[in-house]
Amino acid sequence: MSKIWFGMIMFGMMMAVINGKTEIINEVILQDAQEAVVFAIGLTGIMAVWLGLMNIAKKSGLMNGIAILMRPLTRVLFPSVPPNHPALTGIMMNMVANMFGAGNSATALGIKAMEDLQTLNKDKKTATNAMCMFLVINMSSIQIIPLAVLKIRADAGSSAPTEIIAASIIATSISTIVGIIACKALEGRKI
Amino acid sequence: MIRLLTFFSVVAIPIMITIILVHGAIKRVNLYDVFVEGATEGFKTAIRIMPYLIAIFLAIGLMRKSGAMDLLTRLMTPLLARIGIPPEVLPLALMRPISGSGALGVVQDILTYYGPDSYVGRVASTMMGSAETIFYTMAVYFGAIGVKVSRHTVPAALLAHFVAVLASVWVCKILFLSP
Repeated sequence: MSKIWFGMIMFGMMMAVINGKTEIINEVILQDAQEAVVFAIGLTGIMAVWLGLMNIAKKSGLMNGIAILMRPLTRVLFPSVPPNHPALTGIMMNMVANMFGAGNSATALGIKAMEDLQTLNKDKKTATNAMCMFLVINMSSIQIIPLAVLKIRADAGSSAPTEIIAASIIATSISTIVGIIACKALEGRKI
Repeated sequence: MIRLLTFFSVVAIPIMITIILVHGAIKRVNLYDVFVEGATEGFKTAIRIMPYLIAIFLAIGLMRKSGAMDLLTRLMTPLLARIGIPPEVLPLALMRPISGSGALGVVQDILTYYGPDSYVGRVASTMMGSAETIFYTMAVYFGAIGVKVSRHTVPAALLAHFVAVLASVWVCKILFLSP
C-alpha cells in the first residue's frame, strides 16, 4: 500500500507539472482532503446506527444463530475463524448490504467485521488469510440492482435501463469465483 | 423478475433492522441502552479511518486531475485492445479499481457520447456494475484496524478485477451482439 500510494502521489504531481497544471496540486490538497473528511463524518452516523444494531443482535443471541446457519459456507471460505465468532455475522451482513446496494451500510458492517477479525490476528500489522479473503469477496461482491448505473442509464435516455442487470450478475459471479480461487492459491504458509 | 429484485433492494435493510429489533425485544434486551452503547463505538471507528481516507483521496485526486490517469489509459490502450476490450471502455476499466465515483463519471461520459443502448454503452454499464473499487476499500478496511501489510489482497483483487472486465465484454458480446 505504501509503495502504491507513494507512486500515485509522485506520478500525479509529476504529470501535473508536465501538463502545466501545477495549480491542481493545491486544488487537490484543499478539495479532496476536505471531501475525505466530509465523507468520514457522513459515515459516522451510519456507522453508529449499524454498530448499535449489531450490539443488540450480539446481546440477543441473534448473531450466534446467524453464524451457525452460515457455517457450511464460512467454514470453506474462512477456515481460521471459529464457527461462532462475531466476525462471521459482520461478514454476512456486509455481503447482504452489498448485494442490495446499501454501500454505506455495507462499509460500516465491513469495518466492524474487520475489527472482529483483528481480534484473532496474532500479528496486528499484517493481514490474515481471512481478512484478504473477506476483502476480495467484498470488492467483487454481486450487486443485484446497481441503482447508480440504472439511474444514469435512464437519464441518458436508454430504452431498457435494466437490460444490463443479468450481464452484470454473470460477470460479477465469474470474477468473484476467480477472486476466491486466487486468494486460496496465494495464501501460502503464513496465517 | 426485475421488479421483484428492485423491491428486495428497497426492503432488504428495513427487514434486517426489523429482525434485529424484534429478536432483541423477544429476548428482552434493553434495546435503547444497548443500541447507544454500540453506537458509541461507531464514532471512534469513523474518526480513526479519517486520516486513511484523506491519504487515499489525495492520491486519487492527484492521479485524476493531473492527467496521469489519461496518460496511463493511452499507454495501455493498444495492449488491451488486442485482447478484445473495446478501447472506448478502457478509461473505465482503469478508473474502476481506483475510484467508484470517478468511474461513475466515466460511465456517464460514455453513455452520453455513445448512447446507453449501444454496444459500448452496455459494456460500460455492465463493467460498472460488476468490477470493483480496490484501493479505496483497502484503505478504509485495513486503515480502520491498522493493518499495514496487505499480503495477497492486491494481486487477488486485481486479478478478479481483470476477469470482471473481460467477463463484462464477453457476456455483452454473447447477450447483445449474437443474432
